[in-house]
Amino acid sequence: MTVPNPLQGDAENKSVVATPITRQEQTASTEVMDRRSFLKLLFLGWAAFAAVAAGFGTMLLRYLFPNVLFEPKQSFSAGFIGDYNVGEVSERFKKQHRVWIVRDSEKIFALSTVCTHLGCTPNWLPNENKFKCPCHGSGYYRTGINFEGPAPRPLERFKISLSPDGEIIVDKTVKFQQEKGEWSDPDSFIVT
Amino acid sequence: MANSGDKKNILGRIAETQVVKSIFRTGVPRSRRQRMMIILNDVFLHLHPARLPVSGVKLKYTWCMGGLSFFIFLVLTVTGILLMFYYRPTVEYAYGDMIDLREQVPLGIMREIHRWGAHLMVISVWLHMFRVFMTGAYKPPREFNWVVGVILLVLTMLLSFTGYLLPWDQLAIWAITVGSNMAGATPFAGALGPGSSLLALGDVNFITPSSDARFALLGGRFVGEGALLRFYVLHCIGLPFIIMIFMSVHFWRVRKDGGISTPL
Repeated sequence: MTVPNPLQGDAENKSVVATPITRQEQTASTEVMDRRSFLKLLFLGWAAFAAVAAGFGTMLLRYLFPNVLFEPKQSFSAGFIGDYNVGEVSERFKKQHRVWIVRDSEKIFALSTVCTHLGCTPNWLPNENKFKCPCHGSGYYRTGINFEGPAPRPLERFKISLSPDGEIIVDKTVKFQQEKGEWSDPDSFIVT
Repeated sequence: MANSGDKKNILGRIAETQVVKSIFRTGVPRSRRQRMMIILNDVFLHLHPARLPVSGVKLKYTWCMGGLSFFIFLVLTVTGILLMFYYRPTVEYAYGDMIDLREQVPLGIMREIHRWGAHLMVISVWLHMFRVFMTGAYKPPREFNWVVGVILLVLTMLLSFTGYLLPWDQLAIWAITVGSNMAGATPFAGALGPGSSLLALGDVNFITPSSDARFALLGGRFVGEGALLRFYVLHCIGLPFIIMIFMSVHFWRVRKDGGISTPL
């Protein structure tokens, strides 16, 4: 395939005549900066620019982390022990605080509703006596131990305690993980 | 070129007016050189090659997928701006506004065009990449443009991902919950990632679920108000701004790397 050169034929080659710089013009400027001080100034300038850019970059990074969150409080009151029946998985606080309150024959504990696979919220299926995650099918016993699906570890439990007037206080900032042997910690359950 | 004397030709006379001559400085394109100068002197067209080999633009060869990707991007930009007139990115209004866009707003199809266009763009970008790979158009001197193309692919995916949250329905919230949890597994910067416990002073760990990469992405501990606003800003302003810069480089490099590749 040959394409004729479009510039051929009607190209107008205007030759620009450069005016030669004379000796006199070159020496006309009295202040001549030598190479070393020019490079020094150049380096200083760029160093200042880099410092400002780095400082602003750090500020920008910090800016992305909010100081105040408009999210529900991390600890809440979950009523009294008498509010829960033995063998019950309570979903009272699932929507607001993402916690199940589970009572068995000897204790009460607060179970996180966050699936340990990818963070969805499993459903409590009373008839099948298990938690089942709708996203990828992870299944947990009522204790929170995983037994089916892709979940890599059991559900987490939160710190649970009794206030002086007998109210159950759940503190979500402290978590207990079964695989670390933390479920035997007395802070992770209330003996009934 | 000598048409100025023909008073009967109205187009010719318009072409000789000062307005037209000031805009198109090389005049009516009659010679091959003038046609090329039109391309070179236009801020939009100069990104393109001035000449294209016939064999290189055969539909059978290019599938036109790069051009289609750009066309769909323009459609998405226009429909996206129109959607912004009605959509409010807050937990209270987002879902309702999305439903209203479909049910109540005139030409309710606007949201569907945006949604299906988004799917189409991902498909066309992948097919464009596949075509470039299969025809070996990534080879020198075009290897840098391949890299720019990969960045554009990632940006397309990020635009898809951020747009996914905006309908604020169950699918959106849980998809972004799952997706953003991956950020939590970033090495060193994510609370669940390897090496996250290295950045600590004694007992105080600096990388926690309230201070890691996922937290910065969502603006909170879970997908909520902060995440919706952040994803909205990224989707509507941040990512389009970046992708336009890279698209300009991409198109310009096609020209600078010797035009579109041709069948061997």
